[in-house]
Amino acid sequence: MSRVRAALTPYALIFPGGVWLAIFFVVPTVVMLSLSLQSGNVADGFVFTWNWQSYVDGLTNYHDQIIRSLVYGLAATVIQIIIGFPVAYWIAFKGGRHKSIYLFLLLLPFLVSFVLRTISWQFLLSDNGMLLGPLKNIGLLPDDFRILATPYAVIGGLAYNFLPFMVLPMYVALERIDPRVLEAANDLYAGKFQTFLRVVLPLSLPGVFAGVLMTFVPASSDYVNASVLGGTSTTMIGNVIQNQYLVTQDYPTASALSFTLMALLLLGIFAYAKALGTEDVLEVAAR
Amino acid sequence: MTEIQAGTGAAGVAASDQVPAIELDEVVKEYVSHGEVVQAVKGVSLAIGEGEFFSLLGPSGCGKTTSMRMIAGFEEPTRGVVRLHGQDVTNVPPNKRDINMVFQSYALFPHMNVWDNVAFGLKRKKIPDGEIRQRVGEMLEIVDLVGREKRRPREMSGGQQQRVALARALVNRPRALLLDEPLGALDLKLRQHMQIELKRIQREVGITFVYVTHDQSEALTMSDRIAVMNDGLVEQLAGPREIYERPATKFVAGFIGTSNLLGGVVRAVNGASAVLALGPSDRVVVPVQGAVAEGDTVELTVRPEKITISTEQPGGDLSMVEGTVSEVVYLGTYNSYAVALAGGAEITVFQQNAHDSTTTAERGDTVWLSWQPQHSYALQ
Repeated sequence: MSRVRAALTPYALIFPGGVWLAIFFVVPTVVMLSLSLQSGNVADGFVFTWNWQSYVDGLTNYHDQIIRSLVYGLAATVIQIIIGFPVAYWIAFKGGRHKSIYLFLLLLPFLVSFVLRTISWQFLLSDNGMLLGPLKNIGLLPDDFRILATPYAVIGGLAYNFLPFMVLPMYVALERIDPRVLEAANDLYAGKFQTFLRVVLPLSLPGVFAGVLMTFVPASSDYVNASVLGGTSTTMIGNVIQNQYLVTQDYPTASALSFTLMALLLLGIFAYAKALGTEDVLEVAAR
Repeated sequence: MTEIQAGTGAAGVAASDQVPAIELDEVVKEYVSHGEVVQAVKGVSLAIGEGEFFSLLGPSGCGKTTSMRMIAGFEEPTRGVVRLHGQDVTNVPPNKRDINMVFQSYALFPHMNVWDNVAFGLKRKKIPDGEIRQRVGEMLEIVDLVGREKRRPREMSGGQQQRVALARALVNRPRALLLDEPLGALDLKLRQHMQIELKRIQREVGITFVYVTHDQSEALTMSDRIAVMNDGLVEQLAGPREIYERPATKFVAGFIGTSNLLGGVVRAVNGASAVLALGPSDRVVVPVQGAVAEGDTVELTVRPEKITISTEQPGGDLSMVEGTVSEVVYLGTYNSYAVALAGGAEITVFQQNAHDSTTTAERGDTVWLSWQPQHSYALQ
């Protein structure tokens, strides 16, 4: 009896989560897959016809936006690594007793809604707003200078909005480093820079790896930043999909584009994990 | 001081006419903790000789680890001077000191395999690749890890990790090796095996070892000399035999092995020995140094294995006291007796289970305890 129960316990534990995922992830995904292969229109209804044309149309009409999304996502991710690593490093090694306060401060802006934060960036960056207005008044910037509606605004917004998802995993990896290992490096003739390069950096890579996964994927498929901070030349694939669903109501194309994006991101993640997610990379980095 | 002469004194004792490998000169280390100044090390002076196996022994919090960390360079002394081979290195960072350390929990680089761990120091010193290969290979042979070069630290047992840590430090041919409780995490069998191994390796490489431990048997087994530390100060600095046989202070007597403490009033002074008044039929003679007068109270210590237990009053010049057996514990190779004296003191006696042991005292028996006067020491 108890053996049967012991055998069933793991399944009982995953049951609620499994049902949740089945209803809210698997079912919609299957519906979307089916929809992407249907043809018709909203007025007359859609019929399943193995219509691959939506994929072909999606890729021919919107490959610019797909590439742009991946480039923006990548750029935002790189910026986050550059900004986030020193922050994570500082909190982990110099934070002392106040580590949790600093982490809280890092997360504090994220108690405000995502959209609201992006809109406040729009306000800050507007052509004659708080930032650019005074600079133009004193003649430091030309009158027609603008940030809004440029790729810089969109990439900046993406980098800002997903920053904690980069910093937190890096912090966790850095925090786990045994200070005695750093002393050992110091004892073995490595100065501060060599200790960082040979020990701290390689040991933090799993955190950077996780951070990249957690920021690149949502940044590449985001549409809020591009629609609030961007212009017509910065449209990302997220905006196209949203437009296809809500405005054009071309559900098959929207679904096909979603699937294409998902497939591309999955391929990217697998390639990335294969290249960087193994322990051999750490050994190479340690040389 | 500047003259270096050949030949040392007794084995293991740093000859005063040689420049010591490591020297601490009136070193003090203070910390500020919760707004209060705490002295971890209260003025320690040591001179450790070239090629010596030197132990810092003491309970936790006695300042032994802090002293070692000042030798390594991880801590800067608040006052005092640290010298390596006569050179003042007080403010020199660890990576510029020609000494290496084996850490308590090994502190191996978790992302590197055994080979890369061991080669780390040599690479930082920019030793040519060919020489690195040769030296790492030789070192792995000495610590018996050939064939495990590609293993990661966490794929290895504690004993193996320990040997990697040792190899990683020794491969640099440092002028001294510091070991911070390196055997603490190992089980008893392995620890005893590693004690012998460490001693063998030290003989082979001929490097000065400074060994921090709280385990007195470890220190006694391996060391040429031991500094027993307590409360930030060195209580006694001597060879293992002298530390054990002639503890200088009450703390050392109590910390090292089992020892019996007996207090008594001096009844007479005979040259270099004092006769103490204990019970009416007792006679305790103890060698004393310096001024001891009649009527002074003297505390003496005598080791349990130096005492003979007998049911009849022994003759000769032995020190002897009378008591009642309160406990007998059979411990295999020897028996341990607890004997209560009339004055209230309790004495522990170890008696070998040798083939000719005839005395078989039982609980409640009245017995005589006797020992050679030169096996007891007056404590300061």
